[in-house]
Amino acid sequence: MKRRRWPLYSLLAFGYAFLYVPVLLLVVYSFNASRLVTVWGGFSTHWYGELLNNTQILDAAWLSIRIATVNATLATVLGTLAAMALVRGGRFRGRGGFELLLTAPLVMPEVIVGLSLLLLFVAMQHGIGWPDGRGFTTITIAHITFSMAYATVVIRARLAQMDRSLEEAAMDLGARPLVVYLRITLPLIAPALLSAWLLAFTLSLDDLVIASFVAGPASTTLPMVVYSSVRLGVSPQINALASLILLFVSLAVIIAGLALARKRD
Amino acid sequence: MASHDANDQSSLAAWQDPTAKPYVRIAGVSRHFGEVHALNDVSLDIYQGEFFSLLGGSGCGKSTLLRLLAGLDTPTKGRIWIDGVDVTDIPAYRRPVNMMFQSYALFPHMSVEANVEFGLRQEKMPKAERGERVSEMLDLLHIGDLRKRRPDQLSGGQRQRVALARSLAKHPKLLLLDEPLGALDKKLRTHTQFELVKLQERIGITFVTVTHDQEEAMTMSSRIAVMDAGQIIQVDTPGAIYEYPNSRMVASFIGSVNLFEGKVFGREDNDILIAGDDYLVMRLRCLQPLSLGTPVTVAVRPEKMRLCPECQGPGDNRVTGRVEDIAYLGNVSIFHVRVSPSQVVTMTLANMQPRTEQMLTWDQEVTMTWSPVCGVVLTE
Repeated sequence: MKRRRWPLYSLLAFGYAFLYVPVLLLVVYSFNASRLVTVWGGFSTHWYGELLNNTQILDAAWLSIRIATVNATLATVLGTLAAMALVRGGRFRGRGGFELLLTAPLVMPEVIVGLSLLLLFVAMQHGIGWPDGRGFTTITIAHITFSMAYATVVIRARLAQMDRSLEEAAMDLGARPLVVYLRITLPLIAPALLSAWLLAFTLSLDDLVIASFVAGPASTTLPMVVYSSVRLGVSPQINALASLILLFVSLAVIIAGLALARKRD
Repeated sequence: MASHDANDQSSLAAWQDPTAKPYVRIAGVSRHFGEVHALNDVSLDIYQGEFFSLLGGSGCGKSTLLRLLAGLDTPTKGRIWIDGVDVTDIPAYRRPVNMMFQSYALFPHMSVEANVEFGLRQEKMPKAERGERVSEMLDLLHIGDLRKRRPDQLSGGQRQRVALARSLAKHPKLLLLDEPLGALDKKLRTHTQFELVKLQERIGITFVTVTHDQEEAMTMSSRIAVMDAGQIIQVDTPGAIYEYPNSRMVASFIGSVNLFEGKVFGREDNDILIAGDDYLVMRLRCLQPLSLGTPVTVAVRPEKMRLCPECQGPGDNRVTGRVEDIAYLGNVSIFHVRVSPSQVVTMTLANMQPRTEQMLTWDQEVTMTWSPVCGVVLTE
């Protein structure tokens, strides 16, 4: 008996449409010649040119990328250390508390995290004079606090499923613990490190709420610029910007995917 | 593979020579994991050039003992010497010992060549020498053409060879093998057992293996230590363990066995007389002094049973029953004979004639006999 396929396919099509038609529209309208976002006025790359001359947006984008890079790197390092402690540390004292506190930022409302960090930074500035005002440093620290939790979860999963006897075999063959770590453990968890880094990068790049709390007057991140300009009426420039970000993200994902696939061969 | 069998040789085997120095000495070693006592006061001497097997069911502590030898774990109590050096507190990476892991533990991100070379690199061996040694090892195990492959492009048997080559590359004095053949199918396994023994004889290093497969242990080992519940029950040659087990546990763990309960009621020269259930009287060779009335167990291997009236000698023991089950295995047939409401005796007979010619059939009444020297009297 041949089963009818079209109901399943139409469901699938509907699902895809629901997810990707808005994105597609956004990209299409970035090439709109009209000033009005919702009215099609013919094909044009005008808004891309406009965007490249908009220093406010470009500065914000550059700041966001810098923050995201530093954040992703530090969060991955800290996440690796935390994951090692959880998976390899055995039953150390306070392990349960450590685990709970480490993963709490995953479920903490962003508003609360942002507010509490703001209070902390203000208090610290009064108390010890650092950080001096709010900006790059404070946003980066704030981002690390929550992206580290995500990084830990990702790396921990990989570490936990890694065959312990690989490290034991290396040690048995005469490798000291540091060599074992560098030559066996790190290469084997590398895919997880890459995923954690990308995840932390993305989390930082699109965070609006926490950044709004801990940003200073001179430091506006990209999501903050987008959000505030949307409130003043959407400009097709934002569409162009969003399309570019989409392009970069897709490229990054494709490259990462290829790198991982190649590693697997 | 009886080349090791001590009884065949005029010279003493190392473990029988009181002046021989043990290569590995395990003295009063215990390993506790919290409440669990994985090893309890184990002492054992292993001599140079032995193929020694630790045999036991899962959870008997055999793997723990192997890990202690490798240095991957430290004993709660007791000391371990290797080649006269107390290695108890020496970490794994400084011991003259290598291990082949049960899962093979090949580094998935390295080629076969790099896997074998890994240990040599840690020794800071010069590059040219390293290359030579790797080639030597790959040739020894006939895997020279796999050099550039990655572990996930290899079959189970090939992986096993690579793991073995890697653990032999540093020319360890002692090689530990954790269930070396566990992941192979039966045919490959038998083949590899013979190869492993040949290899060990050729390179002359001491092998200690862990296995739960008694057949494997019997085939390969010079001596076997049977373990149970964190203790060593018996250490001896495969032949001695099979023919003269020292306890019911060993008797029933190695091969199958018929056990008859009874009490000592007399002695005639070198034989003792034992009264079993249902008026069964048994006569067995036993030099051990046993007082009258001692409860004992008589262990008789199924293949030591003979059919009456075939080859019955003077003083042979006899027991009568009804054939309940017949398992035809090709070379032999196994008969389950009920001799009393509570006991079934197993008898193995070689199929010397085609099956159709066989006389025994279901529900037939048979009398089985065994000679006084073919059973073992167990007091434990």
